[in-house]
Amino acid sequence: MNAFQISWKNLKANPLTLALNLLLIAFGTGILAMLLVGMGQVADRLRNNAKGVDLVVGAKGSPLQLILSSIYFIDFPTGNISEQEARSLVANPMVKKAVPLALGDNYAGFRIVGTDTGYATLQGLELAAGRFWAKEFEIVIGEQVARAQHLKPGDRIYGSHGLSSDQDIHEDHPYIVTGILKMRGNVADNLVLTSLESIWAMHGADGKREVTSMLLQYRSRMAMVALPAMINRSTNMQAAAPAKESARLFALIGVGVDAVRYFAVALMLLAGVSVFVSLYNSLRERVYDLAVMRVMGASRGAIFTMILLEGTVLTTLGSIAGMLLGHSALHAMGYWQGSPQTRLDGLMFLPEEGWLLIAGLCIGLVAALLPAIRAYRTDISETMSKI
Amino acid sequence: MLQTSLLTKTFANGTTLHFPDWNVGKGEQWLLLGESGSGKTTLLHMLGGLLRPLSGCVLANGTDLYALSARELDRFRGKHIGIVFQQPHLIRSMTVEENLQLAQSFTGATKDPLRIREVLDALDMGYKRRSYPPELSHGQAQRVGIARALVNRPALLLADEPTSSLDNRNADAVIRLLSDLAGSQGSTLIISTHDDRVKEAFFKDFMFELSHERISDQLEKS
Repeated sequence: MNAFQISWKNLKANPLTLALNLLLIAFGTGILAMLLVGMGQVADRLRNNAKGVDLVVGAKGSPLQLILSSIYFIDFPTGNISEQEARSLVANPMVKKAVPLALGDNYAGFRIVGTDTGYATLQGLELAAGRFWAKEFEIVIGEQVARAQHLKPGDRIYGSHGLSSDQDIHEDHPYIVTGILKMRGNVADNLVLTSLESIWAMHGADGKREVTSMLLQYRSRMAMVALPAMINRSTNMQAAAPAKESARLFALIGVGVDAVRYFAVALMLLAGVSVFVSLYNSLRERVYDLAVMRVMGASRGAIFTMILLEGTVLTTLGSIAGMLLGHSALHAMGYWQGSPQTRLDGLMFLPEEGWLLIAGLCIGLVAALLPAIRAYRTDISETMSKI
Repeated sequence: MLQTSLLTKTFANGTTLHFPDWNVGKGEQWLLLGESGSGKTTLLHMLGGLLRPLSGCVLANGTDLYALSARELDRFRGKHIGIVFQQPHLIRSMTVEENLQLAQSFTGATKDPLRIREVLDALDMGYKRRSYPPELSHGQAQRVGIARALVNRPALLLADEPTSSLDNRNADAVIRLLSDLAGSQGSTLIISTHDDRVKEAFFKDFMFELSHERISDQLEKS
């Protein structure tokens, strides 16, 4: 029987204490793991989706809203701008590339985006099947759309007005699926792409052609300062930089995240105290067990190791359970999440999570140290003389 | 087999006990008698390598116990000395069988399940080997305590007031078992007691091993 088995048997002998300590540690680690992985994924998604877009130009309003609606397809658009005004930007020497977007319809919750082929190059989209649109009302759909709605090239679908509801269906014109995109792991997987002309035709905008926004790429770094200032000052449009706005978004939710993080850390420290108290108290009952083990030939060092092992086994198990708990919670959240654009994935593990395990181990070591020292110092003869 | 010379021990209250020298031959069975507080337990602990004397030495099987390093002494004790206490102090989180395995594992020896069965059967506790200590009666627990002390075939078996918390029937059985088992495997046995039942049991059944009371006599004098 090795020290590990002895420690484990003793832990098992007090199932309630064991469960309490495991729960405390698991919840602390679980919340931390969830925050770490969840926030990491959200940040990754945001960065990944904004890749290649330096500036978004749209109707005046909240810059954050503009970014959310045009890059992440989460919020409502700020409104429309005239196509003519938007096109004027393309001619600007500071602009390397400009991609127009026209939003406003959805198909089964997936947004229908009117754009040009520039969007496909910007996002690096490739076809898995079929071809890109050539005529009006031809669409190319993201991988998730095809999977969720069981669509294949040649199928017809009806879009509906608005960004999420399936009321108000545009029954007069069906869209025809001509192509399906390869899985990209970003928002494009959840989009229905078509030409601007399709959107205009669908809404009967004969003379007044409007777009929702323009995604711009700078030609030089100099444009970073000059272009937004120019647009905001001298046009009816506003310009918003994705990098700045997502930083602002993170700063906003960061307060809440920090609060939860402190709570989780406090929970883990509390768990450490609980492990300490449990071990320390159990020593009183176990002082004979330990003395008897010494009589049977166990060295002081062996007793010391045994108690330390008990603390670390407990907290390490708790941390592992907590990590599994955190990932399951994250996965469950991703599963039931409303917006498919930023779906969370609980099956992804980060190398940084190793630190959580190490932290759990250290809490166990520290909590068990004092009890272990006390056990180390226990005098056999004195203990066994007390009957 | 066991010799002490010039053992002294100082207690917390400042009194120093001088223990008379003692020679025990191999396989002999002794009673260590004396009133409570006369130093029986102290002497027994010194013999068992649990308590370092102020001065003097204990030679067990030719080894000077307190000349060994702490680690060596622990190992020697585990291998060669079995101790039965007044209370059995079995480890509550382990079954009877596991308590005995534990005793085997601390000596660094390999597992020997046959030996565990043999000892438990000899004490008539084989059928309880999967029970946990709280499920045992006091007499049964004490017998497991004896089994544990014997499982490593110790050369020296020490028993400290093994009967004081047992009823007559159990006390009688425990003494008989200790004596029989120590005899059958050639262990030297020392029982410390102030229990008259033990003296009677010993005297009746092992007249030929008439116990020596010199120690206690002298202890009382000191």
